[in-house]
Amino acid sequence: MTEALDQIFVTLKHWLVSLCPAEFQVLASIVLSVAPILMVFPGLFALVTVIERKGLGRIQNRYGPNRVGPFGFLQFVADGIKALIKEDVVPRRADKVIHFLAPLALVLPCVVVYAVLPFGRNMTLTELDAGLLFFFAVGASTELAVFMAGWSSRNKYSLFGAMRAIAQMISYEIPLILSAVSVVMIAGSLSLPKIVAAQGTYGGWLPDWFVFTPWGLAGFLLFMIAASAESNRAPFDLPEGESEIIAGYYIEYSGFKFALFFLGEYLGLFAISGLAITLFLGGWNAPLESLAWIPSWAWFFTKLIALILLFIWTRGTLPRLRQDQLMNFAWKFMLPLTLINLVAAALWHYIPAGFTRWFMCGLMVVGPYCLLGRGIAGKDKTSKRVYRFAD
Amino acid sequence: MLGEGIIKGMGETARNFLGSYVSKKRLTTLQYPEERAPQFPNARQFPFLVYDGEDPEQGLRCVSCQICEKECPPKCIYIVKSKDKRVDYKGQMQFYPATFNIDISVCMSCQICVEVCPFESIKMDTEFELSSTDRFAGLLVRKPQLAKSNDHYRKIHPHDAAESDAALAAEVAKVQAKAKADAEAKAKAAAAKVAPAAPPPEATLAK
Repeated sequence: MTEALDQIFVTLKHWLVSLCPAEFQVLASIVLSVAPILMVFPGLFALVTVIERKGLGRIQNRYGPNRVGPFGFLQFVADGIKALIKEDVVPRRADKVIHFLAPLALVLPCVVVYAVLPFGRNMTLTELDAGLLFFFAVGASTELAVFMAGWSSRNKYSLFGAMRAIAQMISYEIPLILSAVSVVMIAGSLSLPKIVAAQGTYGGWLPDWFVFTPWGLAGFLLFMIAASAESNRAPFDLPEGESEIIAGYYIEYSGFKFALFFLGEYLGLFAISGLAITLFLGGWNAPLESLAWIPSWAWFFTKLIALILLFIWTRGTLPRLRQDQLMNFAWKFMLPLTLINLVAAALWHYIPAGFTRWFMCGLMVVGPYCLLGRGIAGKDKTSKRVYRFAD
Repeated sequence: MLGEGIIKGMGETARNFLGSYVSKKRLTTLQYPEERAPQFPNARQFPFLVYDGEDPEQGLRCVSCQICEKECPPKCIYIVKSKDKRVDYKGQMQFYPATFNIDISVCMSCQICVEVCPFESIKMDTEFELSSTDRFAGLLVRKPQLAKSNDHYRKIHPHDAAESDAALAAEVAKVQAKAKADAEAKAKAAAAKVAPAAPPPEATLAK
């Protein structure tokens, strides 16, 4: 029974494919694998926009959208209709072809990366041996789309926004990948289903997820920080700093093209959250062996929604960084920490299991964090401002 | 240590988030069309014309002196003076406005018309839900819509209405006193006119 429920989508797909004539079975298999991804994640995007607005509202002690549909949950329909019927303005001097292609070039990689994510047991679209590499390679190409958008609009604000976005994304790409490399070192594979399988055992009172190790916890936190910078989420939303450069690289986009940028941003966020789950939070594995009867895909989506809520929570809490703080944070704090974390992961691999391993690795993570953190925090020591003439 | 502030801030926002579901006091937002904020005593939007009594046409205080039309900075008031005269609240014969239009798309709510009006007849209203699908005719307010009773004014601006009523009462009292004095003077004059005529018979009697 549990087995059937767990594999319900897989068996459903095989059954539907078997109904097709033999010459169409390959095509049907492809369509039936891709279509659910193209339906579920944009649907999740629609839901998350409402949840985000309501959550941010509650954080700021107001209601948020509550007019359209029950408790305002159909707000996304109104937003979608608005985006569809809005005039699509293209600046006269813009490079029209690139201006048109940029939103598509942003959304496409954000969708393609879902191909390698394991959503559940036997529920990976393509089981690439180098799935992690594929994810980062395709995910990094969104930077090109961002620059296409900024450049083709022929607007200095959008160009500024694009330059900021590029600088930020390239800077944070390095800690993002390096923190994932520690997982690859321990799991010994770039294949995401294999990384999930490596976390599938239960020892003691905690599951063998990588987040429950010192290097894994540090790696997870660093990965999440870099991921929020990579998907331009607050507190790293400098590319669209409203007070300085208005909407950044998508300032000249209106109507549905703007909605596509929005969609791409959120799809990227979900994808990278899914990757964080796969790498550190045990993928589709249940947290306790006694809870393994709940289907694997349900665990994946529960964890995904939990991470999305975490992103919304941080967005509602933290103020935006300044550009120099952003760069300092990436290069002087996160990069050294990820490099040290690699050594900690290596130590974890070589020292036999026990207290020594925990102590050594924990020290290697906490020590540099405190020292580097003091270096970052010490710079902005505030003192009482002295006024020469006003007093 | 780095990150302490972040954790503290996350706790604060979590408290806000959960607290907003528990205590209604945290939510300062009013659900506008259903709930309304109490109006401030000095709230003002666009001018209206005050009338006394029951009939908006007959009781209109405006005597069509056109001072407000001349003083209006954006020139949004349009008045046509009547050909005939009628009795006003003081019992005097006065003109009245045959047409009185205010273009509230032009009006800037400066209240100068109210300040210059010597007859307490134009005042500021608090009505603000005036959106219209017709931006020309829909925002040109004519005399029937402009005329509102003094009771309405007392309701929206009690303090100012009391002052205005007192000023009007004083005005009426002055007019009546003057009329009385005039009448007395007239009577005296008449008496004086009669008096010189009377003595001759006395004189004749005296003789």
